[in-house]
Amino acid sequence: MPTNRYSIFSVLRETLRGHTGWGPAWRDAQPKSDYDIVIIGGGGHGLATAYYLAKNFGLSRIAVVEKGWIGGGNVGRNTTIVRSNYMLPGNIPFYEQALKLWEGLEQDINYNAMVSQRGVLNLYHSDGQRDVFARRGNAMRIHGVDAELLDEQAVRKMVPFLNFDNARFPVRGGLLQRRGGTVRHDAVAWGYARAADQHGVDIIQNCEVKGFRREGGRVTGIETSRGFIGAKKIGMAVAGNSSRVAAMAGLRLPIESHVLQAFVTESIKPFIDGVVTFGAGHFYISQSDKGGLVFGGDLDGYNSYAQRGNLPVVEDVCEGGMALMPRIGRVRLLRGWGGLMDMSMDGSPIIDRTPIDGLYFNGGWCYGGFKATPASGLCFAHLIARDEPHPVAVPYRLDRFATGHAIDEKGVGPHPNLH
Amino acid sequence: MRINCPCCGERGLDEFVYHGDASVTRPDALAPDAMNDFVKYVYERTNTPGLHRELWFHAAGCHAWLVVTRGIATHAITSVELAREVARKRDLVTEENA
Repeated sequence: MPTNRYSIFSVLRETLRGHTGWGPAWRDAQPKSDYDIVIIGGGGHGLATAYYLAKNFGLSRIAVVEKGWIGGGNVGRNTTIVRSNYMLPGNIPFYEQALKLWEGLEQDINYNAMVSQRGVLNLYHSDGQRDVFARRGNAMRIHGVDAELLDEQAVRKMVPFLNFDNARFPVRGGLLQRRGGTVRHDAVAWGYARAADQHGVDIIQNCEVKGFRREGGRVTGIETSRGFIGAKKIGMAVAGNSSRVAAMAGLRLPIESHVLQAFVTESIKPFIDGVVTFGAGHFYISQSDKGGLVFGGDLDGYNSYAQRGNLPVVEDVCEGGMALMPRIGRVRLLRGWGGLMDMSMDGSPIIDRTPIDGLYFNGGWCYGGFKATPASGLCFAHLIARDEPHPVAVPYRLDRFATGHAIDEKGVGPHPNLH
Repeated sequence: MRINCPCCGERGLDEFVYHGDASVTRPDALAPDAMNDFVKYVYERTNTPGLHRELWFHAAGCHAWLVVTRGIATHAITSVELAREVARKRDLVTEENA
């Protein structure tokens, strides 16, 4: 019998057996003719949704359909940062729910996702910015989230190698969330896939959705590249491609797809302990366990489905890095890539029913989807199972733009490229 | 990506500022269903791969507003027009239909 539960004992047992007993982490399921619930999109959010549907809500006959392979989409293209340092009341409880789930995730799904709460430090560079950060920190603490406002001395102690005396953007201090950190991103996809599979969820890869079948005002299934799959309820978790899939159901969304670039350098010795972000430009950096510096910055700023960006942003991001920590200047860039961002009109996500009965929508994750993965799955599962939103996801309505309840964390208005 | 500005010729992307979808037009504020029309105008976008008409401002150049037609899956630009000419043509069509 293959070994399915991971523990020190199973590792020892397999060591003695020459590692011949490990079973596949999940079955390569074939599509059945119909299911109770089909989740479109086998990324982190879709897999987490299926897992919580099966585990927390005790549902069965669930499938996840994925056009590519598990771990091949945005869940494997992000910069792996988790945090809940938001300011608005609509966002803090949700992202804090996510962070709490991250803290217990590995025990829950029996998978080493390398959750590392190494701290997220947002630097400020002026008196005005300190006030803004203090306000954000206070908002977090009112909601029971950890936040510490550090002065320059405390930041010097943590990250002594920053360019504190930069003439234009001196580092004056930072807002630190110690519980934030990084998580091995593809292990999240694999771990949720495996855990969902063990709860009987069918994970169907290489199965692209081509259209929806409807009767009356209700969805009855999806047309896919592997034939028709019937479903009583369908959840879309395809951020990056939300507008494409929604268009098949005749929906127009308050979303634009944009490209965000990220970069990794060659591996170097341990250098940056936590996650550090530059507050004067837009630059964030952490060091992976392999030793590469993982960093990124702003969106390219124009609509794109190309999964690649342009050079001005590469230059801009690297300039931000050089302004903040000049000593990375001689490290060579190993690779850079672009990912599709579902940029919503207010910079906040959407988890809601659609005007079509039986069709549920999860998207608009902007460039903060990865950190939200567990809470997104839990809240979406709650919505699909009970037909009512999870308490922490109530504000993420699809109609909030029409009713004037937009959650605009950055305060830039309906310009997706600026969020 | 480089944009061929009708005034300045082909220039690098860092000279331009993006201002989003050019295919949406401001609805009539006095129409009976104006509220609904404005929600669509301000928030809803087609956003599917294929050709996308979009506004760019030549900030570090001639300060012209441009309507660029670009494949958003490939970044290939098929046409660049001055926004004022696009608007003028649209007004002519509207006047003829009126």
